[in-house]
Amino acid sequence: MIYFDNVSKYYSDDSVALEEVTLSIAPGEFVSIVGHSGAGKTTLLKLLLVEEGPSEGSIYFHSTDIHKLRRAHLTKYRQRIGTVFQDFRLLPNRTTYENIAFAMEAAGRADDEIQADVPHVLDLVDLSDKMWNFPDELSGGERQRVAIARAIVNQPDIIIADEPTGNLDPINTYEIVQILKKINDLGTTVVLTTHNKGVIDSLGRRVVTMDSGRIVRDDTSGRYVM
Amino acid sequence: MFLSLKRVVKTGFINFWRNGFVSTSSVVVMTITLFVMGSLIFVNEMLDSSLELLRDKVDINAYFVIDAPEESILAVQGTLEQLDEVETVVYTSREEAEARFRERHKDDEIEIQALDELGSNPLLASLSIKAKDPTHYERINEFLQSDPSTVSTDGVPIVAKVNFNENKAAIEKLEQWMKAIETFGMVLSGVLVAVSVIIVFNTIRMTIYISREEIAVMRLVGASDMYIRGPFVFSGIMSGIIAATVTLISFYPLSIWLGPSTQEFFGDFNLFIFYTQNFGRIFIIIMLTGVFLGAFSSFLAVKKYLRV
Repeated sequence: MIYFDNVSKYYSDDSVALEEVTLSIAPGEFVSIVGHSGAGKTTLLKLLLVEEGPSEGSIYFHSTDIHKLRRAHLTKYRQRIGTVFQDFRLLPNRTTYENIAFAMEAAGRADDEIQADVPHVLDLVDLSDKMWNFPDELSGGERQRVAIARAIVNQPDIIIADEPTGNLDPINTYEIVQILKKINDLGTTVVLTTHNKGVIDSLGRRVVTMDSGRIVRDDTSGRYVM
Repeated sequence: MFLSLKRVVKTGFINFWRNGFVSTSSVVVMTITLFVMGSLIFVNEMLDSSLELLRDKVDINAYFVIDAPEESILAVQGTLEQLDEVETVVYTSREEAEARFRERHKDDEIEIQALDELGSNPLLASLSIKAKDPTHYERINEFLQSDPSTVSTDGVPIVAKVNFNENKAAIEKLEQWMKAIETFGMVLSGVLVAVSVIIVFNTIRMTIYISREEIAVMRLVGASDMYIRGPFVFSGIMSGIIAATVTLISFYPLSIWLGPSTQEFFGDFNLFIFYTQNFGRIFIIIMLTGVFLGAFSSFLAVKKYLRV
């Protein structure tokens, strides 16, 4: 489904973020990308989200080179991806309900659909009682669950989670990982970056290890090895 | 399409309301800008009206020789009235001139005595000519000096003198002043409007800068450009409408207050009467400027953050 074809990314001559990365991810997979800070994990995700362009190589989603998409198609492409970030990135002046509804509105979904689906996903992440709270009234774990609800509400093909547990305590970390697993079990591809050893070891799924912009290991049922 | 529009309006309204402080500051800055623009309209109008008043006071007089027959003078009046440049021509006969002289000097016995002692009326008949524009006096003067109708049947000119040359310097000076004031007014208006627009633009840019991360998030969840930009543009329009309303309302007591003093100072011009009589026009100018300023500034400001 996703194919990185010999991709490199340089920010300047002596700053190499990714070097000749070739990686393919199949539909329904749960892939964890691990590595030290600066190993290239986040750059890899940014390229996948078309936040940045590659210096060399191409990235395909199904058979489409996503960096050659026109702006209108890019919008459609992004609607097929759900994103979850370490810093949550919720809209601060909107309630939990509105944050999730926004993603649906942006995708052009009808009002009655939004009214039906938002409570449903909030139920899925166990936040039904915080529907009308603003993000600054929620704990870190709750905010991350809102972010996940927002990411899945449009039933995307892939969930990209960039260190989603980076700011959370062990209990919240466990809950978030369980939610991601549940989403994956329902058939959605999940790409997760983390440097939390416990998370990786408990998952027992595919692990891609990166170092200095290169992929150094790719284990189908891996553990955190650095 | 309708659904998006509805959502854009709703979101714009909610954002405007929840970002109360930021919205208030852009409304305040925009109100000041619109106030400056409105004041410029008033000042321009005041200048125009006082220049008009001054223009109206300028005229030239052609004095006719003592024995010029009245019908010849009236013939000259007739020809003058047909000239494109001439606004009005008023005839003053020798008798009227004397009556006026006596009226004017009725408390000045020496003058009246001097006139009485002369035995005959020494005053000349005259035509007082007002041109449509001060620049036309030169041409009217030439006409009076050279036109055949100003020469009697035996070839002697009947025009004794035209006071154009005496007034010439004053007229030219006035011309220069009017042009200078108009140019200065235009330049000043231009500069003030440009400065205000830049301030409004920067204020709105700042409010949108605060939302830059929000815009990035919108982009990431797959919102289209129009969908991201719409609410900001709508909030900008709302700021413009509120600012314009505040400005228009505040001009009302202000013009009542300034009305009498403007009338005193500029003679014919009362600010309050001008404001109420031209309210429709001023409303449209201020409201459209507010809406345009808000919408355009927001549109441009968001553009910068859409490149995610």
